[in-house]
Amino acid sequence: MSEVDPVWPPYEVFVRSKRGLNHVHVGSIHAADPDMALRHARDVYTRRNEGVSIWVVRSADITASSPDEKDAFFAPSGDKIYRHPTFYDVEDVPHM
Amino acid sequence: MSAEPTAPELEGFEQTLAHDQRIEPRDWMPDGYRRTLVRQIAQHAHSEIIGMQPEGTWLTTAPSLRRKAILMAKVQDEAGHGIYLYSAAETLGVDRSDLTEQLITLRQKYSSIFNYPTLSYADVGTIGWLVDGAAICNQVPLCRSSYGPYARAMIRICKEESFHQRQGFELLMTMMNGTDEQRAMVQESVDRWWWPSLMMFGPPDDASPNSARSMAWRIKRHTNDELRQRFVDMTVPQAEALGVTLPDPDLRWNAERGGYDFGEPDWDELDRVIRGEGPCNEERVTRRADAHREGGWVRAAAAAYAGKQATSA
Amino acid sequence: MAPTPPRDEHDEYDAYAGLVEAGEETRWAFGSGFDDPLAGVDVSVPPGADGPALAAYCLMLGDDALVLAQRLAQWCTRAPELEEEVALANIGLDLVGQTRLLYARAAAADPSVVPTLPPGSPAPPEDRLAFFRGPEEYRCVWLVEQPNGDFAATVVRLVVFAAWRLTLLGRLRTSRDPVLAAVSAKGVKEVRYHRDYAARWLLTLAGGTVESRRRTEAALESLWPCVEELGRTDDVSERLVADGVAADPAAAFEDTSAFLHRLLEEGGLRVPTGSPEPAPGTPGGRLGVHSPWLGSLLEEMQGIARAHPAGRW
Repeated sequence: MSEVDPVWPPYEVFVRSKRGLNHVHVGSIHAADPDMALRHARDVYTRRNEGVSIWVVRSADITASSPDEKDAFFAPSGDKIYRHPTFYDVEDVPHM
Repeated sequence: MSAEPTAPELEGFEQTLAHDQRIEPRDWMPDGYRRTLVRQIAQHAHSEIIGMQPEGTWLTTAPSLRRKAILMAKVQDEAGHGIYLYSAAETLGVDRSDLTEQLITLRQKYSSIFNYPTLSYADVGTIGWLVDGAAICNQVPLCRSSYGPYARAMIRICKEESFHQRQGFELLMTMMNGTDEQRAMVQESVDRWWWPSLMMFGPPDDASPNSARSMAWRIKRHTNDELRQRFVDMTVPQAEALGVTLPDPDLRWNAERGGYDFGEPDWDELDRVIRGEGPCNEERVTRRADAHREGGWVRAAAAAYAGKQATSA
Repeated sequence: MAPTPPRDEHDEYDAYAGLVEAGEETRWAFGSGFDDPLAGVDVSVPPGADGPALAAYCLMLGDDALVLAQRLAQWCTRAPELEEEVALANIGLDLVGQTRLLYARAAAADPSVVPTLPPGSPAPPEDRLAFFRGPEEYRCVWLVEQPNGDFAATVVRLVVFAAWRLTLLGRLRTSRDPVLAAVSAKGVKEVRYHRDYAARWLLTLAGGTVESRRRTEAALESLWPCVEELGRTDDVSERLVADGVAADPAAAFEDTSAFLHRLLEEGGLRVPTGSPEPAPGTPGGRLGVHSPWLGSLLEEMQGIARAHPAGRW
């Protein structure tokens, strides 16, 4: 096939791992549309049944603050842009 | 991407490293740091994807339903791990499709261990025990890599990977409790995989040009030789528990050092395999290239369909 | 005061500790972890129900699942995108899980269906049923035996199969056999997802590009002849329908057809015509008469297990 391979855009994936918790960023997947993105997120990031709810959003649609504005924007609380997940609950990892 | 270091930027970057904190995607970083990371993460992602092949061939022949299910879950995990890692690489401004292109045009590498063939079902166990075991030794320290998305991907991967290793060891143990023929299969498989597993840690430290810089940037946290020693020390008691012999006449406990002495892997062989002269290099890359090419019409169809849905909505 | 870097806890990580931990089988995806699939379940045949017929019926449903799982496993490392690798493996894993439950149910309902192996063989009933029955003893339908073809053919087959199985399992949730009812209730959730996955892809391929539409139409033409068989009844089903144990094949087929016709209409696809296979009046898969494809599929799947009838895996 000679035509240019159309690239499925990336979507960021957020998973609520348990009731009572926030959705947390876990990574990204590629998909042609939001519906497919949701299915791919389910298959890839919750295949051990870790989630109760999933959000997907096209990576290009995320507005993020820039680290340069850090002082004004985040004064005491540290940066929390979307690429800085707090999902990885270290206590969950065996032997850590 | 211009990364001409201005004094405060470089200082901020180095401060973050000095405090053992993570560099995040939108932070300023030196070009060399970014390039090194892209290369390492991509190579790691490619290894997961190519690594599906030597085991994937046994999915259709697995001799019990339980083993079939476990192997399917394992090979599936590898696809998942590839996705996590490509996703981490993409935070550095590259695309998965470009990285795939680099892989199938041989401009980026993957772990040379996957260029060895799998010849018997015992290899499924040995890959889990030795190859995944070596991978875990390499990967656990990467959970503290200085680049945040890479470290987080590695945490997720290590968590899942310990089960991979466990299933491999359990398969070998089960086979060792089976027939004489099965025990012979296990030993033969361990004989073939032992040395390639030791080579997974890369060349010796004095011949590893990029190691020092990666250590300084805290992308890597231990030298190749340190990790190799750790792997040998952990594996020998496991081999004894299994009742297999590791094919190294020089392997013996050194009480003075508190570790095992072991023989020298054949580094020329490693060079040859890395150069693409391994038994399966061509087969592996061709399979990946074919799958990517043959999937082109499917990806195109989904993109076209999504486009039509968006305009008709 | 400079903060002290946290201790590198991962350095203490013993990659092998996971080998000795028990009870973490649930970490494996999709039901791959259990050893005795029906452990702790009361497997006595309900009063008035026919044990041998129940066993034969469970084998039919189990064989369908296993043969299709085998076909899906053949996609491994060949899928059009990495995410589809994961999705196809999920479906395959679900089907292997269903197979194990159904085979275990069959073996408990009528132990005489389980092939006899040389004394001392440790193979559990589910593996004897999977690996030690020849094609003439398999009871799967022709649809699942057909080779994969391209992704369009895989999608068409999957949507037909899952739609049909969903109508069957949906009815079986109220089977008078509580075990079959429970297995079906679990399966319904899985198969609904399989059907939706495949239906969505069918619409995508139908509405995507000229090429994807052409391939979809070709796949429908080539697989549609195998659809008619799904509506046939057989002695076993008839007897069990009367007992309230099995699902009525004709009614289930009617619902399946209605779904498929709606789906094809939504995709603007014509319902193919053409002579059914196996030809009407000839015995089909439910009576042990199969297309030539089943023999080679089983030969590959069973080779290792049969070479080691006393083996432990």
